[in-house]
Amino acid sequence: MPMIDIDWLKDHVEVPEDLTYEQLAKDLVRVGLEEEEIHRSQLTGPIVVGYVVDATPEPQKNGKIINWCHVDVGDEYNETDENGNKVPRGIICGAPNMAAGEKVVVTLPGAVLPGDFRIEPRKTYGHISNGMCASERELGLGDAHNGIILLREYGFSKEEYDALEPGDDAMELLHLNNPLLEINITPDRGYAFSYRGVAREYHHATGAAYVDPAIELGEKAPHEAKSIDGAAPVKDMDVFVEDNNPIHGVVGCDRYYGRIVRGFNPSAPTPSWMRRRLIRAGMRSISLAVDVTNYVMLDLGQPLHAYDLNKIEGPIVVRRAGEGEQLTTLDEKEHKLSPEDLLITDSPNGERASRILGLAGVMGGLYGEVTDETTDLFIEAAHFDQVTIARSARRHKIPSEASRRFERGVDPQLQPAAVEMAVELLTRYGSGEGSRTPVDYNQTKRPNDIRFKVSEVSRVAGLDLDTNRISDILTDIGCHVGGGGNGEFSVLPPTWRPDLTEPCDLVEEVARLVGYDEIPVIVPPVPVTGDTGLTLEQRRQRWVADTLAQYGLVETLSYPFVGDADYKAFAMDAKAIKPVSVEITNPLAGDRPFLRRSLLLTLARTVQRNIRRGLQNVSLYELGHVFLWDPNAPAIPALPGGVKPTDEQLAALDAGLPDQPQHVAAIFTGKAEDSGWLGETRDVDWSDAVEAVRRVFDRLGAELNLVQPAAADVPAEWHPGRYAEIVAADGTKVGEVGEFHPHVNEALGFPEHSAAFELNLTAWLPTLDDKPVQAKPISTFPPVRQDLAFTVPESVTARQLEDVIREAAGDALESIELFDVFSGEQVGEGQKSLAYAVVFRSPVKTLDASDSEAIRQAIVEKAATLGAQLRA
Amino acid sequence: MADVASFDAEAVTAAVAEGIEKIQNASTLEELKAIKSRYAGAESAMTLASKAIGALPKDQKKDAGKLMGKLRADFGRAFGTKESEVKAAEEAAKLASETVDMTQPVNRKPLGARHPLPKVMEDVQDFFVSMGWQVADGPEVETEWYDFDALNFGPDHPARQMQDTFYVKGNQAKDAAGFVGSNMVMRTQTSSDQVRALLTRGVPLYIACTGRVFRTDELDATHTPVFHQCEALAVDKHLTMANLKGVLDKLAVAMFGPEAKSRLRPSYFPFTEPSAELDLWFPDKKGGPGWIEWGGCGMVNPNVLKSAGIDPDVYTGFAFGVGIERTLLLRHDINDMHDLVEGDVRFSEQFAMGE
Repeated sequence: MPMIDIDWLKDHVEVPEDLTYEQLAKDLVRVGLEEEEIHRSQLTGPIVVGYVVDATPEPQKNGKIINWCHVDVGDEYNETDENGNKVPRGIICGAPNMAAGEKVVVTLPGAVLPGDFRIEPRKTYGHISNGMCASERELGLGDAHNGIILLREYGFSKEEYDALEPGDDAMELLHLNNPLLEINITPDRGYAFSYRGVAREYHHATGAAYVDPAIELGEKAPHEAKSIDGAAPVKDMDVFVEDNNPIHGVVGCDRYYGRIVRGFNPSAPTPSWMRRRLIRAGMRSISLAVDVTNYVMLDLGQPLHAYDLNKIEGPIVVRRAGEGEQLTTLDEKEHKLSPEDLLITDSPNGERASRILGLAGVMGGLYGEVTDETTDLFIEAAHFDQVTIARSARRHKIPSEASRRFERGVDPQLQPAAVEMAVELLTRYGSGEGSRTPVDYNQTKRPNDIRFKVSEVSRVAGLDLDTNRISDILTDIGCHVGGGGNGEFSVLPPTWRPDLTEPCDLVEEVARLVGYDEIPVIVPPVPVTGDTGLTLEQRRQRWVADTLAQYGLVETLSYPFVGDADYKAFAMDAKAIKPVSVEITNPLAGDRPFLRRSLLLTLARTVQRNIRRGLQNVSLYELGHVFLWDPNAPAIPALPGGVKPTDEQLAALDAGLPDQPQHVAAIFTGKAEDSGWLGETRDVDWSDAVEAVRRVFDRLGAELNLVQPAAADVPAEWHPGRYAEIVAADGTKVGEVGEFHPHVNEALGFPEHSAAFELNLTAWLPTLDDKPVQAKPISTFPPVRQDLAFTVPESVTARQLEDVIREAAGDALESIELFDVFSGEQVGEGQKSLAYAVVFRSPVKTLDASDSEAIRQAIVEKAATLGAQLRA
Repeated sequence: MADVASFDAEAVTAAVAEGIEKIQNASTLEELKAIKSRYAGAESAMTLASKAIGALPKDQKKDAGKLMGKLRADFGRAFGTKESEVKAAEEAAKLASETVDMTQPVNRKPLGARHPLPKVMEDVQDFFVSMGWQVADGPEVETEWYDFDALNFGPDHPARQMQDTFYVKGNQAKDAAGFVGSNMVMRTQTSSDQVRALLTRGVPLYIACTGRVFRTDELDATHTPVFHQCEALAVDKHLTMANLKGVLDKLAVAMFGPEAKSRLRPSYFPFTEPSAELDLWFPDKKGGPGWIEWGGCGMVNPNVLKSAGIDPDVYTGFAFGVGIERTLLLRHDINDMHDLVEGDVRFSEQFAMGE
């Protein structure tokens, strides 16, 4: 983003002498130009002007010639001889352009240069060198390192140069110690990509006097000659815009202005002040011709292109690319062009529009560029369609300084002024002469007037302002304001503000210039309409999260991205899972381009990270979305904004989206109980996971149903004998619980018997009963307690036996608890023993011995249907 | 000796005195029981003496009876007193033997922890609920229409390219610029819920949407590709920027204490006009009280209302979004985003169940 140099800003707006960069940042942010960073100098002095008193060449054995110099750096810094007299410093310098009589830049001991390069006296080539004469590169001023800085060549006037005294602060002289303000430009403020625009904004922020530089330049700039008596007018170049493929019906180029400069001196150097400004703006100094085009772009915001006139042949044709055309851009990259790309072409050998000079508004091609032999220049200033430029820069991945400006919008009336400024600079510093017969293809349209009700300012911004004040503000930003009698203005926005098209845009301009701080603060009363408060589903999700934390689990969040390594660790079939997974086109990690279908995959990585950090007994849970891709889902239509889609279109938008249910999952590793010195300790297993699920179900008032499939039907990531499906009251499967397969635990580095569950909240929560709990009466009759131990075949589940006991006991059963499970010789092969403590209690009477015996008998008979026998 | 011993006042007095002395030397309940049996039991001198009174001449009976009454009372009193003493001592000894070091750590059923991010989202939701707003969340894989077009980011809008969007792979659809894809993205902002809420709930609408959003920023100390936002949207007749400022000030106070306040700076978002950056001031800011960036906001752009079929000449609205991570970092002095996203239990455990 642009660098703002106060020294440059002063060209267009009056700034206080003592303006600091901090204050400038504060001023600009008030009107919406945000500070990115204040860049501070990387240099520490002393760095001073030196006068080379003598320079003695001393050839060295290696063939180099080294100069042993004496440089006067002023009394403060000169050496003192044995008699106490001040004498010039002895300095060794290897630069070929070192010569006696030059004024140079000397970095003295104590100075620190970029890269933490510390200057100290050092013994070299048989002398003590007591400082260093610096090159541009050494000072961070640019790339030049083929010699030291000679201030004579630095663009000072004779008087200025003569006034330079040894010992003068060169940091000040060359602006080496000046900070820079980098600002952020929002996409609507293309015009602020220039000093012209930033200066105007500074004026808006502070009221400082501002002069738009484009006005005077525009007045000086020549116009295209009119045709007289049907004769072709004299102009520097024939230019045609032939757009056979406009985007959204907008022709790619609506203005093309160009002028010739002849007799230019290609070896003329860029003046130091311009080079300094360019370098401080973050651009390289290349040659005067190129530097001037860049300088004008930074100053006015109009990208320019300079061609070597003798290499191009008119007419210039601005056209779209044809299929199969290619271009090598200035950065030496090859691009296959698209029929949407807008090109600047010329017509060699009479072959019209046959040679591509560049990708319009984005980057020039290798042919036609200005070189160090160019004496005649053709300067182009055009106005291109924002969308065309944005797409080309995006398509070819070559965002440039020019494309950045064109895609945000360049002032379509700025072109003659920008070329005028370039011609003035080129002829002043590089001699030559600018033509007065420009070409100006101009199909630009006047911006639309905005009908602006003054009352919009209070209706939208809540600001009560006087009508005249609103009119003044709009005039100050460059609008022509007319009408106003009936409370409605007709506002013509300035050409540099293509973002101003709607009344709300003008409201913003008024509000930001008045200051957002002036807007009152009023809390709106909210009308109670429909449901307020959290929905039951939202509350239930919180209950789930709280229940698991209270159970002792730690909540974490993980990124949803997964890939082959995760599928492999979970023994999943990647080939089967990828076609039903959402894939990201541009993932951050190329090996994890998919979105998870299960939270466990990414939660496991979090567990792993904790274990690798030396933590033990890591049991975590996560609530989050999973993403289920449907390869057969219909395509999602592209619809315009600003128009309400039809119901069919809205349905089509949602129909194409993948299902994204919310899940909760937990993983248990290490110790389930570890009471330390109390001595109670136990490793986690499946039962901890089941208990966690049961607590969640209890918390939400639901009954937990687990269905345990046959080992062969258990998914590969789970222990075949320790896995169950979680089933909702309506019979749908809503989750899974169990221990990981030992292979999975091993692959993940988890302890044996690590356990987990995953529950689909989106599927489960709607199956829950929303009705208030219907309370049963509490019986105060005495209970009857009995223990019932059954021998049952191994295949009978505890749940099956409990269900039949409940059924047989009916209302008399108050509670049932499985208190003992064992198998072995006592119960026989293929059998197990399940022992229950049951409590009977009647709501209407005291149960006597015969009552309880009858219930017991009913239970025994019913249990027999499962092959269960009561043990003696 | 006759069957019934003769009454000997001196002897019984001496025997009782001996018994009382023994009581006073006793230190256990067992000893006391034995003494009682010996000096007050059926065969004791005291019992035998009482029985012997019957055989005394009538004129001596009265004195003897009186004497026995006194002896029995003396013995009983001495016994009772000692018995209480011994009982108290024995109980004290038992309790002393049961003394434990109560500072030994006990953590049989350790509490787990909530992650602070969802907890802060709950705090923010609760703020809006307290104001009478609704709370919602939309899909994380979202259509480009809801994430961009409906929000006035046209297909060629420069801001659309600045969003660092994760695109969903696909070749079944074409976007408006003709690029083949899925027309789906990982939503870049919870603002994508704005038009969904307007379309499904209509106006007037006061709704907060909290959730996860995605941008292609590499994880570092201040960025994460997956983060959380809270979007607030109000659309009604007569809403102005003054109302936006009112809600923001309230939210600042709810999240950062009674002295906190908000400030707006001009900015740009396609879906609001006027637009503003939202700064927060709070007294506990690291490095001293001051302003810090908190989010973005503005008045809903008329084009967004039109996307939902709402007449912008009748309705106005405001919207703002704040980063949940940013809120946490600022409020809890967290210096490194890694701590928020890595899921290290030591981080979450500091927050226990949340505030």
